[in-house]
Amino acid sequence: MTRVFVPRDAAALAVGADAVARAFAAQGAEVVRTGSRGLVWLEPLVEIETPAGRAAYGPVTPADAAAILAGGHHPLALGDIERYPWLAGQTRLTFARCGVVDPLVPPGFAGLDRAREIGPDAVIETINRSGLRGRGGAGFPVGVKWKTAREAAGDLKYIVCNADEGDSGTFADRMLMEGDPFLLIEGMAIAAFAVGAARGFIYSRSEYPHANATMARALEIAHGDGLLGSFNIELRVGAGAYVCGEETALLESLEGRRGQVRAKPPLPAHRGLFGRPTIVNNVLSLAAAPWILQHGAAAYAALGTGRSRGTKPIQLAGNVARPGLYEAPFGLTLGQIVHDIGGGTATGRPVRAVQCGGPLGAYFPPALFDTPYDYEAFAARDGLIGHGGVVVFDDSVDMAAQARFALEFCGLESCGKCTPCRLGSKRGVEVMDRIRAGREVAANLALVEDLCETLKFGSLCALGGFTPYPVMSAIRHFPEDFAAPVTAAEPVG
Amino acid sequence: MTSLHPADWNPDTARAIVDAHAGLDGPLLPILRAIQAAFGCVPKAAIPFLAQALNLTRAEVHGAVSFYHDFRDAPAGRRLVRLCRAEACQAMGGEARAAGLLARLRLAWGETTADGAVTVEPVYCLGLCAVAPAALVDGEPLGRLDARRLAAALGAA
Ligand SMILES: Cc1cc2nc3c(=O)[nH]c(=O)nc-3n(C[C@H](O)[C@H](O)[C@H](O)COP(=O)(O)O)c2cc1C
Ligand code: FES
Repeated sequence: MTRVFVPRDAAALAVGADAVARAFAAQGAEVVRTGSRGLVWLEPLVEIETPAGRAAYGPVTPADAAAILAGGHHPLALGDIERYPWLAGQTRLTFARCGVVDPLVPPGFAGLDRAREIGPDAVIETINRSGLRGRGGAGFPVGVKWKTAREAAGDLKYIVCNADEGDSGTFADRMLMEGDPFLLIEGMAIAAFAVGAARGFIYSRSEYPHANATMARALEIAHGDGLLGSFNIELRVGAGAYVCGEETALLESLEGRRGQVRAKPPLPAHRGLFGRPTIVNNVLSLAAAPWILQHGAAAYAALGTGRSRGTKPIQLAGNVARPGLYEAPFGLTLGQIVHDIGGGTATGRPVRAVQCGGPLGAYFPPALFDTPYDYEAFAARDGLIGHGGVVVFDDSVDMAAQARFALEFCGLESCGKCTPCRLGSKRGVEVMDRIRAGREVAANLALVEDLCETLKFGSLCALGGFTPYPVMSAIRHFPEDFAAPVTAAEPVG
Repeated sequence: MTSLHPADWNPDTARAIVDAHAGLDGPLLPILRAIQAAFGCVPKAAIPFLAQALNLTRAEVHGAVSFYHDFRDAPAGRRLVRLCRAEACQAMGGEARAAGLLARLRLAWGETTADGAVTVEPVYCLGLCAVAPAALVDGEPLGRLDARRLAAALGAA
């Protein structure tokens, strides 16, 4: 019987992968459901097992199943997907198995085995020397956090995986949980071993029902098969609150309260969940650990640029011809990402703006496309890499509307604890409306700038603190959109 | 929000849910999610009930319920459309798509049609940004949305 691999990643399901899987099964094929390879514009992307390797086709509809199985030339044929330039050009460390394997068959835990051989201190030293920095947004050195938690006094410690992936334009955490959940489980087990933690939580989001189902099943298997020893991991699902991705709000939410940000110090590594020493790390930070343990710190640190070491799964989305997940060492330029990898816009119109790093990230104009993908290089241009989202807009975008949306979103998602974030954002929306109506534009722009200063310096967390990035970058790089009265423009809300 | 099918509050069901979560640390959120799954919303009566059962103040329970966007005080329509309004979907014309659907159903965001058939809610990113614009329709992902695909997913609604 021919084996056929069909993704069950949510993005593939969103464009009909289930119907495609049924069509192949009806033709008598043995269908294996996998994660996604990340070439999302080609989804549903189907691979057929042949003596010469896997042959890929995409985007496939149910009507194509019979002809594809019959063999011979097919117009949707892509050949061996591993040699397909978009995939062959990547350095897949974290996403090596995603889209290839059945996500619910436990692989070996080579990284965890190695960790147990060398002991906790050497694990932390290895992570330190790899240069791995937090992949959730702030880029804090992972090894330093682990060391702090290891040295913190306490008989009970926690590992909390931040899977509350709320940034627009990002989906790497979701893809990994759906396509290779055991890699995350292994990463959490390594962290637990390093700091001496007995319990772990994965905090995911309600917008990810499929990822949650796969993750829950993988945890059941891992615990049932005794793969984690005495370490226990529990999956928790949020209830629709962007700010719960902020680590202290996340801990409040896990404890059963409103997701309000806590003042720091104390650091979670000293006093976190239920007052115990706690590591909070992003999915991708934890999932990088197994490779680093298995292949060594030097191999990881050899990749990348400046102080940004290793690989980053870049997520290309929005108005882009080839959207998807592209894992590469840091250092590509933004222009290479948007044009060479992304293929420009989906609409075929000129690229006008690119928002990097989610709703709190800056809008970059093509004039800044020489910026290398690197934490410091982005910061130097008043931007951020964040969780790796790159959202492309064509020349039909109204940047004043985007600036207004950033302020509106801040107000909508504010946890309410600090006034600038809660009220300043609402005031900002009103002022933006006046600007868009062409009323006293210069004075109102000055007011927005003032408000942004207040947000930046008066907010407890980066929700209010970083909202000025999209707002001010839109004003600075696209002043023409803020100059004249806008007609026929609808407010977003 | 209209609610044609108000779920009847049933303390026995609620008690069973609380008991099933007895072993958890910080159980309030999982319990609220289970309550909403059972009743279609978090009924008002759940607040004093949970406060008592979990040894919390009513203000603490109410504070949590009102904080999270997911919790509703009346059940949604028979079909629930959660349309993404975040940036990657905006870049692919999501707002125009949404405006079209809302106009066709004569709804504002968060409302349910008078016959209780459909509720349309905003959501900010479903992680389907590479198949934007995107939605979850009764929990099933739908991408590369256009008017035709939306109409097909909703059937006659
Ligand atoms: C408003 C806001 C939302 C955030 N959302 C996320 C998120 O969804 N996922 C994440 O890993 N980090 C998020 N962060 C960053 C976390 O606070 C924290 O830095 C991160 O979880 C630490 O893990 P890392 O060092 O592995 O990146 C957010 C921060 C803010 C201020
Ligand atoms: S922005 Fe719409 S799904 Fe991510």
